[in-house]
Amino acid sequence: MTVVRLLRRTVVVLGLPVALVAGWWYASADSENFLFPPLSRILVALRETWVGPRLVDDVVPSLLRFAGGYTGALVLGIGLGVLIGSFRWLRALTEPVLEFLRAIPPPVLIPIIILVGFGLGHTMKVTVIITGCIWPVLLNTVEGVRSVDEVLRDTCRTYRLGRLATLRHLLLRGASPQIMTGARQALPIGIILTVISEMWAANEGIGFTVVQFQRSFRYPEMWSGVIVLGLIGVALSLLFRLADRWVLAWYHGIRAVQREG
Amino acid sequence: MTRSGSKTVWLGVAGLAGFAAILELLPRLGVVREQYTPPTSRILAELVDQIGQQRLWTAIGNTLTTWVIGLGIAVAGGVVVGVLIGSVPVLRAATASTIEFLRPIPSVAWIPVAFALYGSDRPGTLLLVVYASFWQVLIQVLHGVVDVDPVARDTALAYRMGRWDRIRWLVWPTALPYVVTGIRLAAAVALILTVTGELLMGTPGLGNEIAVATTSRAVPLTYALVVVTGLVGVAANLLARALERRVLAWHPSQRAEVPA
Repeated sequence: MTVVRLLRRTVVVLGLPVALVAGWWYASADSENFLFPPLSRILVALRETWVGPRLVDDVVPSLLRFAGGYTGALVLGIGLGVLIGSFRWLRALTEPVLEFLRAIPPPVLIPIIILVGFGLGHTMKVTVIITGCIWPVLLNTVEGVRSVDEVLRDTCRTYRLGRLATLRHLLLRGASPQIMTGARQALPIGIILTVISEMWAANEGIGFTVVQFQRSFRYPEMWSGVIVLGLIGVALSLLFRLADRWVLAWYHGIRAVQREG
Repeated sequence: MTRSGSKTVWLGVAGLAGFAAILELLPRLGVVREQYTPPTSRILAELVDQIGQQRLWTAIGNTLTTWVIGLGIAVAGGVVVGVLIGSVPVLRAATASTIEFLRPIPSVAWIPVAFALYGSDRPGTLLLVVYASFWQVLIQVLHGVVDVDPVARDTALAYRMGRWDRIRWLVWPTALPYVVTGIRLAAAVALILTVTGELLMGTPGLGNEIAVATTSRAVPLTYALVVVTGLVGVAANLLARALERRVLAWHPSQRAEVPA
């Protein structure tokens, strides 16, 4: 019984992906088209290109810059968000400016950030990632801090919780579901900007390498790079889901109970 | 307008003015190099100069055209596929893993493919825009379709409403708020990818103008164009929000809204 169920579940989960890959494999098997090489060649290119020194020289720097920029955006976004969310006048003062800055599509800031003096190196790329990722985090933190339960707020005051304790147990905890929503929205933006900043100006990194392959018409290698980027995107979103489950365990618990009740 | 409301507006205006003043003073006082970070007044002068020129408006028109076409394709595709997959449980179960895998693939991964296929032509940028925004809509529609109220569903079944009628009168109104949220999220993403395509692949539009201005070292022009792009973004956000209010005027979430 359970074996049948397990089997059925496996078919449901893996059926379509396997069919799609198989379809790609056969459709491209004797492809003469330069742009769409056979999948078998792409997979060979994948192993030859990315397993080895390139992993350390191109993939790792990209990931480190992403991690740096994303973390920077979280720290700055949550910090400023708590500050702005705590004071009504500050919110009114900053809202139109933030509304405008948020609306600028982040990639166009790359030339500006280079001009301002961050150069073409790591600092520029990390700054680009921060300027793009900070908005969802910041705005969601402001909303989260603003909508913290009034009764809880008064309770904290009555018990004379210190500033730090209030920040940690009331504001950050209370706003954490919203903060995580912002962090989730920032994730794909961060990946996009990591890649774009390398395509714009770099001599290493995944984005740079993939464009280089395209310019030199090495299409199997280019496709393998697309696959690597895809895998990184999927891996990061899985990691995020684990983090979300860990940080918001209490929240998901409450929601589950509420749904049953 | 209430007193606290007008106070909010004035604080906002003050915030904008202060922001502009800081950006004016930083280069004037020599904190940053004026050559690379022109003061606000010079950016605004350049902006006014550009507004009189046909070239800027052509660029804005191109960007908006790509944005609207891409968003349109993504929304139509997302809604149709979403309603279809969402209302057939077998399809939903079978496609879940594939969607979870395809969705996080960063759309910029397609840039080399799009460029190899279409060069600087619009379809290349459209490919990025559609890929990025399609998932936003699809996921929302999938969430919305299953949110149907059990009592309403049983009522519809009791009245023997056909499949098409159920989709039209039961599933669609339930999913609509989700669809609109999806469109709002997709609109922002689509604009980012439109400009990205223009910036990196040379598709005509604001992004391409910025790239050209950068390579020809026209510094104030670069800044002015970024400001224009930001204004286009603000307009897009306002438009999406207005659409939300209009389409969902009947919905409790909009009706219950009290001005803060």
